[in-house]
Amino acid sequence: MRYAETGYNLEIDLSTGNIERVETDPRLMELFLGGLGTNVKIHWDRVPPETQAYDPENLLIFSTGLLCGTPMHSANRTLISCISPQTNLLAYPMMGGFWSPELKHAGYDKVIFRGKSPKLVYIYINNDKVEIRDATHLKGKGAIETQEIIREELGDLQIQVSAIGLGGENRCAVASIEQSRGSCSRGGAGAVMGDKNLKAVAVRGTKDIYMADGVKFWEVMDEVRAFIRHRNENPLPGIMPILAGLGSPQSMLHIDEQWHTESFAWGNARVRRRNFWTKEIEKSWGESQTEAIERLISCYNCTQQCGALISYRDVPNYLMKCFSKLTYGMAAYVDDLDFTWRICKRAFEYGLDSFSTPQILAFAVELYEAGILTDEDFKGCPTDKEGRFFWLLDRVAHREGIGDLLADGTYWAAKRIGKGAEQYDHNTTKKHEQMIIKLGMLDPLYYLMYSTNEKISITQMEGNWPQAPFPRMEDREAFVEDWVQLPHERFKKYFLDWEPRGEFSNPHYPTPEIASEIVDWMETLHNIDDAIGLCAGVGSFCLKPPYHIHNYPKLISAATGLDLDEDSLTHTVNRSRNLHRAYNILRGLKREDEKPPEDHWRRRFPELEKELLTTYYKFKGWNEEGVPTRERLEGLDLPYVADELEKRGVLKNGQD
Amino acid sequence: MAKINKTIKTITVDADKCNGCRACEIACSSFHAEPKYSSVNPARARIHVITDRLRGIWLPIFAGEYTPAECMGRNKYIINGKEYDECYFCRASCPSRDRFKEPDSGLPLKCDMCEDDPPLEEPLCVQVCLNDVLTYAEREEEVDEDTVLDDAEIALQSLIDEYGMDVLLDTVNRMLQKEVE
Repeated sequence: MRYAETGYNLEIDLSTGNIERVETDPRLMELFLGGLGTNVKIHWDRVPPETQAYDPENLLIFSTGLLCGTPMHSANRTLISCISPQTNLLAYPMMGGFWSPELKHAGYDKVIFRGKSPKLVYIYINNDKVEIRDATHLKGKGAIETQEIIREELGDLQIQVSAIGLGGENRCAVASIEQSRGSCSRGGAGAVMGDKNLKAVAVRGTKDIYMADGVKFWEVMDEVRAFIRHRNENPLPGIMPILAGLGSPQSMLHIDEQWHTESFAWGNARVRRRNFWTKEIEKSWGESQTEAIERLISCYNCTQQCGALISYRDVPNYLMKCFSKLTYGMAAYVDDLDFTWRICKRAFEYGLDSFSTPQILAFAVELYEAGILTDEDFKGCPTDKEGRFFWLLDRVAHREGIGDLLADGTYWAAKRIGKGAEQYDHNTTKKHEQMIIKLGMLDPLYYLMYSTNEKISITQMEGNWPQAPFPRMEDREAFVEDWVQLPHERFKKYFLDWEPRGEFSNPHYPTPEIASEIVDWMETLHNIDDAIGLCAGVGSFCLKPPYHIHNYPKLISAATGLDLDEDSLTHTVNRSRNLHRAYNILRGLKREDEKPPEDHWRRRFPELEKELLTTYYKFKGWNEEGVPTRERLEGLDLPYVADELEKRGVLKNGQD
Repeated sequence: MAKINKTIKTITVDADKCNGCRACEIACSSFHAEPKYSSVNPARARIHVITDRLRGIWLPIFAGEYTPAECMGRNKYIINGKEYDECYFCRASCPSRDRFKEPDSGLPLKCDMCEDDPPLEEPLCVQVCLNDVLTYAEREEEVDEDTVLDDAEIALQSLIDEYGMDVLLDTVNRMLQKEVE
């Protein structure tokens, strides 16, 4: 009997139409848990580093997390991995919603796609029955619309559908895969899906998921639930409302967006508007949001309310993801939320990443203003800010005119446009659009996270450590008092010592050693969440969350029967992290790629940054170039990875 | 007729608060698993959140009484312009459809308010619903004591239901006469 996981993957070769249900090796769970962990292992084993995003050999893997479908609150994430057409590295965008538990109940942990279909198709998985169905009637349909049409034609409202829109069909490098109120957005998995001629994956399941020790599991869940209820009723004191609760930042629940709108940069990640949040804005945003939101909604088995059903004037209903509320408006310099409710609907139907896409559009506007793009390129474009963004969005999704270049993302578009356009590509790392933040003083923690993480997107690495020191010691003392989530007592001292100014402040404090330790802890939490399919909004992304290193092992052990403690769990996710790292290194990732955008901070410290990176590498068991050493890899039962790195000349034999 | 006290258990569903997370379905199927908590499967749950997200429909319904026969007629709902399947919002476990039946055996499911020994403080679906869509209450009510039928009476009653009292009496008389002869 397999616990928590089903023990089966679905292998679908889209070129030949072959479908197989394949039993997996139970030892893989022990070694890599599931979700991201086991996905990385499959890519390592089966997709050689020469493979490019649009090669038929590029696998597109839809995965559940190890604990999806168990009674664990908020364990509902779907993780999709493939070689990214934008970064050429292994991308793994994730989404909430309902798809992943449904797949598990259908009897599968993952669906692994290879090859390319000769015509547009969608997949219908109904327990043991799996069909490749014609999707030519869905060509050009929106990603939301497609989910509805498929549910309608299969005649079952309980079917969960992940679909692409025109963005994916046209291989836009920032295309997403949409489902319910979630989307797998970062890194262009939607483009790979479109390249495979796969419009959607529909799933319905009615099978059991077994628990190794359900009684024990519920005992821990009772504590977790009590904690969630407590936090919902008592948000963290002294923290801005948007971050004081659980869930992804509560942009649907709260009106107050002073922090995001004044701290983050508008336009092409350029300008901070420090006095934006006036009484008038608060009033108009409040009214608009109240009008637009028909109901706050949740993902599967989660009672937080991070999404919303938007029912706004003449805009057909759709489901809003939290932060998209701000990205298009801020990039377009539009102060009226009316624009947001309208453009998000269109962008979600196209299936385009709400982080990257607005930045690409803002980048195009800048190029036009600078004369690099011309009136010819913008022929037919309205002159108002709103109209311009809609027009550009349409061009990108249809790959028409200038949109054809922009659809590859800021980095590649700048390269192809030339004429100095590269100067305006100022907010990408590893060819991927970063968060729209421009600050003053180098922050050692964020320096390391931006530079090194496999996710590339900062919102999915940060979380448990406060973003800034607390000015008053008494507030710090109060904060650490019930900080049970910390892995070690000494972390409390790090926080108490951390000052806004002076010797113990950024950039020299936390010191490189301490910064490495804190960042490593946060990464570990994200890697656990991504393996078990837990939403980071109640785990790794969140201040003082209900799930932490002290209760993860209990829950995973009770669900799976594995015998895990804090150390062995950490060791296990380190294994997949290092495998992922090694895989990206074979794909060409180098130390010189590991840096935040140059203008991320005004005050930079090249020597200190070098020391930070070297110290962190050493802490992780990597060499000066950031390559995991043989010793490190063997310690993680990955000698075959060391062999491969040596064979390909990345690790030199006998040297670290 | 004698009066007795009866405990009425009520789960109030505040549907306006439902976010459609289905935690109630998960908890229900886990509680009713054999052995208890050993598996999860919303398809076995005795509560079902009817969901049609884009049309704003989130409605938890509890498995009601098993009915051996379909209703004489069917009902259809049209809400926000969408027509829902026949009897879509019905609670019964009924021969006309699969809802509220074990997916493998087809046996009917019915909400039992998580009957347990010792009793739970509240049914598990109520406990896991942190948005307080589901709230539980018990109250005592004075009711007429039911006349308890013995097995023979139950059997006779079903024969009466099937053939009518006259046919039954005639038959009994005829059988009695045969015995006399």
